This record gives sequence, structure tokens and C-alpha cells, in this order.
Amino acid sequence: MTTPVDFSDPDRARDLARVLQTLTPADPFKIVHVCGTHEMAITRNGLRSFLPDGVDLLEGPGCPVCVTPAADIDAAIEIARSGAVLCTFGDMMRVPGSRQSLDGARSEGHDVRTVLSAADAVAAAQESDRDVVFFAVGFETTAPMTAAILLDDPPANLSVLASHKQIPQAMAALLDLPGSRIGGYLAPGHVSTIIGTRPYDAWLGTRRIPIVVGGFEPLDILYALGLILRQNRDRSPRVENGYPRAVDAEGNLAALRLIDEVFETADARWRGIGTIPDSGYRLRSAFADRDARSRFTLDLPPERDEIPGCRCPDVLTARAVPSDCPLFGNRCTPLTPVGPCMVGSEGACSIWFRYGGRESL
Amino acid sequence: MCLAAPARVIEVSDDTAIVDYGGVRTTARLDALPDAVAAGDYVLIHTGFAIRRLSPEDGEETLRLFDELAASISPDVEAPSDASAPRSADAR
Repeated sequence: MTTPVDFSDPDRARDLARVLQTLTPADPFKIVHVCGTHEMAITRNGLRSFLPDGVDLLEGPGCPVCVTPAADIDAAIEIARSGAVLCTFGDMMRVPGSRQSLDGARSEGHDVRTVLSAADAVAAAQESDRDVVFFAVGFETTAPMTAAILLDDPPANLSVLASHKQIPQAMAALLDLPGSRIGGYLAPGHVSTIIGTRPYDAWLGTRRIPIVVGGFEPLDILYALGLILRQNRDRSPRVENGYPRAVDAEGNLAALRLIDEVFETADARWRGIGTIPDSGYRLRSAFADRDARSRFTLDLPPERDEIPGCRCPDVLTARAVPSDCPLFGNRCTPLTPVGPCMVGSEGACSIWFRYGGRESL
Repeated sequence: MCLAAPARVIEVSDDTAIVDYGGVRTTARLDALPDAVAAGDYVLIHTGFAIRRLSPEDGEETLRLFDELAASISPDVEAPSDASAPRSADAR
């Protein structure tokens, strides 16, 4: 136990599981979460088995590397091919670009490195006389770290290929896709630590569905699911904070200030979904000299991000579960991934393959 | 990718701290943390940056909220007076 409070009490889990059973909805009810860490906790702990009849729980666009458009991966590969050092999170390495992955570029001898923190890219730049580029992916949780290294007077040879995204906008866009039928959202805990709960009101407040921020211990998730189902029963949909020990209404003002100093909101393309207005970040003009897109002349191949037979676009929009895809577990496994959802360790397909999906099918 | 884990602060110096994840020690940056921290505090760490100070009191409050939900819906589950205590003798 790292902290003095015990979140693994089995009696509380039984109590919360019993609560869920008392909240069986009258009609089929689909809950969507948007966080790979949630999917990991839900699947690994078999939490779907506690859901009452008629309730489905699906991962939407919760895996940042899975929603990174192929064109951004192509840009990172071209940067590595030009002789620069390309640093990125390990999850990004094997996600297919239009022609190959970053892993493929590395196996051809280009200098592609995995880092655990944006700060590691700064260290790499300090030790190199070549250009070092940090391929920055991730939601609002990770964007402040990219901002922090740029504000900390990094070496002149460091630049950033930014592909950060904002999740409440994507949650709103998902509701409008044909066939989405989303009844409620389990909102991501650590994104919300940074942004607070207000952006959900701003983007989703008029949509009249339960939106509950949840933590990541199994008890946290059962609790948040209980709050969602209780709102549904009481017909009182609203934004509710189920993770108050790490989330408040305003968010982390220091982190938000870092983001705001370095980035401005821009439209962004999401793999499998398309362009979502105001759902990304681009570097402010004051940081133009740190933008890898202007520092390098990029000759990109035509983008190809549709993979024949692969249902990642449906999985990423919570309109299918991994086992609905004919490739899942056959041609597509973590060793031989076909689509991005099987590559990223937070992709729904990768998690379902490793830990099993529904408890009872 | 939004994985964040609680760690205990061992030592603070300027904008970084040495933190301990149940035995594993590493350096974390503090520039994305709005609150001041001192040795012994708990923080949530994401990709090498502390993003929130965690208090044991808030953790216990969370347990109380769990029990409150359970009590509000299942009449046979009673809300305990001391939320920090395990709910039964055999629970750790």
C-alpha cells in the first residue's frame, strides 16, 4: 500500500456491487468511458460482471495513441528519417502510420527513442548536438508537461511535434454520431484532476445525460457507476464528481496556466472519428520556433489510416466492442496487431486480448 | 497514458522532489503542482510530474461517500460511524 487509506476493502466492494444491482435500468443503458486506465481497471478486475442487466460499459476514444492520426505518425517518421532524434512515449512506437510505424523506422536505423516523461526528451537534447524532437501525444493530463519543458528554457536543439487532444469536446462529438446511443459517461479521473469538472458542464451540460468523474481503484469505479445509474433512475442527469479526493470544480490551476501559456485551442483530427472542432492544442505563435512542423520540411506520404476489415473506428467511438471485430484474436493480436486499438497498451482490443472482455458472454 | 500513481514525498528541492512509490524512489517535477508540499506528503504523479497533493483525510472522506451511497440504496447496508475502519474483522 502506497497510501495510508485502504481502497481494497472487499466488503465495500460487495456493498457497492449490491447497490448496482438495485439500479437496474428500465431500458438498455450504455455507459461509455474515455480512458485506457479505466478500461484496464474495469477489465482486469472483471467489473463488468457487477453491472445490472441491460447495462453496457464500453471504452470510447480513451487511448491517446490510438486516436493519433496516421499523418502525425508519418510526420514523426519523416523527422526521424531526416537525421533528428525522435522521442516519444513507448505506446506510440508500434501504432501504424500510413506506410510504417515508428518502430519500423527505428529498425531501419533511425534514432527513435522511448521516454517516460517529457523531461527525458530535454535530457536527450542536452546530451546531443543533433535536433531532438518530442512527439507529444496525450490528453489534458499530459499537455501541461509538454508546456512545462518549453517554458523551462530548454536547449535550442529541442522542438515539439504536438498532437495533444481535449477530451470533453470528443465526448460531446461522440453523442452526435449515428448509432452512438450513449446513456451516460464515466468521465476520466486524471484528465479531470487537471481540467476540473466545469468543462463537462460547458461542453455537455445541455445534453441531459449523467456524467460522473470516476477514480481508478475498483471501488472508485463501482461508486461512479452507481452514481451514473442513480442519476438515470432519478432522471436527474448532471455532472457529478465521484473522485473528489483528486478532482475539484476548478482543476489544477498551475497546470492549466502552463497549458494556456504555451498552447491555444485548435480543431484536431482524431483517428477513426474525424475532425472535432476545438478538440486539440496548437503551439502559440510565441513558441513557433519550437514547433517541429516549422523547423523541419516534411514531405509526407498520402495519408492512409483506414485498415481493411479493422473495426477500430467503431471501437474508438464506442459503437463496437473488440470481440465484434472479425480480426480480433485471429489475425489481430498484440504480437501481430492490425489496428491501433490492438497496439496501444491502453487500446480496448489490447486490454481485452490480455485480460478477457466480458465476464459472461 | 493518463495513468497517475500516488507517491510519498521524501525530499523537496526547488522545483523537484524525490518521491517514493512503495519502495521505488524517483525524481518528480513540481512545476505543475499548485500546492506547496513537504516531506511526508502524498502526491499524485503523472509522467514524472506531480499533479495533485493527496490528503489522507480526503481518502477517508471517499470511503465515507462509498458507504453513504451503499446505505442510501440498500436498507440492509448500514453506514458505519468510522469510515476509515475496515467494514469487517477479516478485511485488511
